[in-house]
Amino acid sequence: MEAIAARPDPAAAREPPPAAPGPAAWVRRNLFSSVPSALATLLVGAALVRVLPAAVRWLFTGAVWAPDYEACRRLEYHAACWGFVAEKHRLVLFGRYPFAEQWRPLVATLLVVAALAASAHPRSWRRWLAPAWAVVLAAFFLLVRGGALGLTYVDPGLWGGLPLTVLLTLVGVSASIPIGIVLALGRRSRLPVARGAASLYIEMVRGVPLITVLFVASFVFPLLLPQGLRLDPLARIALAITLFQAAYMAEVVRGGLQALPKGQLEAAASLGLSWWQAQRRVVLPQALVLVIPSFVNSLLSTFMDTSLVTVVSMYDLTGALRLALGDPQWRNFFIEGYLFVGAVYFACCLAMSRYSHWLEKRLGRWARRPEASAA
Amino acid sequence: MSEPIIQLAGVNKWYGRFHVLKDVDLEVAAGERIVICGPSGSGKSTLIRCINRLEEHQQGRIVVDGVELTEDLKSVERIRREVGMVFQQFNLFPHLTVLENVALAPAWVLRLPREEAEARAMQQLARVRIADQAAKHPGQLSGGQQQRVAIARALCMQPRIMLFDEPTSALDPEMVKEVLDVMLELAGQGMTMVVVTHEMGFARSVADRVVFMDEGRIVEQNPPREFFANPRSERTRDFLGKILPR
Repeated sequence: MEAIAARPDPAAAREPPPAAPGPAAWVRRNLFSSVPSALATLLVGAALVRVLPAAVRWLFTGAVWAPDYEACRRLEYHAACWGFVAEKHRLVLFGRYPFAEQWRPLVATLLVVAALAASAHPRSWRRWLAPAWAVVLAAFFLLVRGGALGLTYVDPGLWGGLPLTVLLTLVGVSASIPIGIVLALGRRSRLPVARGAASLYIEMVRGVPLITVLFVASFVFPLLLPQGLRLDPLARIALAITLFQAAYMAEVVRGGLQALPKGQLEAAASLGLSWWQAQRRVVLPQALVLVIPSFVNSLLSTFMDTSLVTVVSMYDLTGALRLALGDPQWRNFFIEGYLFVGAVYFACCLAMSRYSHWLEKRLGRWARRPEASAA
Repeated sequence: MSEPIIQLAGVNKWYGRFHVLKDVDLEVAAGERIVICGPSGSGKSTLIRCINRLEEHQQGRIVVDGVELTEDLKSVERIRREVGMVFQQFNLFPHLTVLENVALAPAWVLRLPREEAEARAMQQLARVRIADQAAKHPGQLSGGQQQRVAIARALCMQPRIMLFDEPTSALDPEMVKEVLDVMLELAGQGMTMVVVTHEMGFARSVADRVVFMDEGRIVEQNPPREFFANPRSERTRDFLGKILPR
């Protein structure tokens, strides 16, 4: 035994040298690893020391939290007046929806958020998911629209705030993905007509700004409809966002399709799978996982693009804030208002982005080498 | 001799203006094992890829199992069910487990119930001695194991013909044998096989006929004993001189 200890086998596997432990080592490695890095650390540190206390004072310690206009005015803008948000949050969150009935969009939105949370995990991606979502969306419309089950009718023109933002994003993204997939497959099809039609659509839509599409949908489109046929403005806007987003989705999906090696399709074909079966079982499951980051990109941009609907007199979250700022007494507290709305957007986007990272890792496990299976 | 199971007559193919296959005639009888060899770029891969119409020929006739290959999609899909193919790069589906890879076609093309498709897949995996890896994903297997799964996947459709497109060329040397052993077994069971390969040992021990191609033409074809002992053309001698150990 001593002999072994004295002459260790040179080929035996050894532990890697330990990384320097402790916070001191971390600081040296990450903050002071070189002269420029040390300088940058000191500079940023100094700036933080100057700015941070003032920011904390403005945002929190000195701020007025109660909806007290007089107290806010006495601040003379030296601190935040969250009283504005406290006073107007219902208008900002729900727009012009009748005040007494605002529990309805609240419940409806919570229902949708709960449904999103429930369907977030791949384990719940089963056949029942589509009908379940149909029920959830029907419930959403029933609650918000009313006119049945003893709920008073609320015209879609009055819907607004966060529920409207959520609704337009959800409908826009979920309906544009299947259309985008079809367009992407069309664009790569061997049939010239399908390829031409898909390309034409994609290029045309991508060449027009969303704001124009919204104008057309709300002012021009009704003129083109045959007499007697009416589509309500909200439906037209949702349709416009969907069709607009579909062109971008198509290009996202096409990127994923192109990234797949040709051998995959050949292997599927050699087994006798039809073109559709090969797309459905082999190509799309891989391509769609590859483009999750770009999907989320589109999702986030749709979420924020919905604020453009204010130009056609719909009051989403941003639009509703402007309504709130229309009150002459409070109109000077727009910074607080925008910070609040910004925080809502940020929280939603951060959640979506974290989720996509998690999903990408989980679904992409097959792409990596052995260790992944250890669990 | 009965009607050949594969029949190519006067087949020509171009990639753009490049003439890849020139007046190729080839007949393969049921149960016959053919090895196709030749320098790279000689059109041998293109030739076998024409047999299940992964490539389209532009002139001539290709008849497989009594069905002529034309633009008719239905007849192409029918042929592909009868013809299994193994690729140089394996082309396993990385998002599916080994078992799902093998059971995919029986489940969706033959519409077998899931249990039946999987039972059949397990049988084929056992046949290539890799049943213990059924639950893994292809990325977790070695090259040799992946290629054996690919063979099982093709066999699972119970094809009458197997095409092999350089099945061992992408493998590390120590894994070549495990794949060749599986192919040898298959040959012993009477499968019709068309194999593009540089493994001349395999050609010697298994092939009924060796086909030598150069510049898109079939230069000569003979039983292996004759082919290796008395190569007729200068090109064949030259090629064999380069790849055979002295």
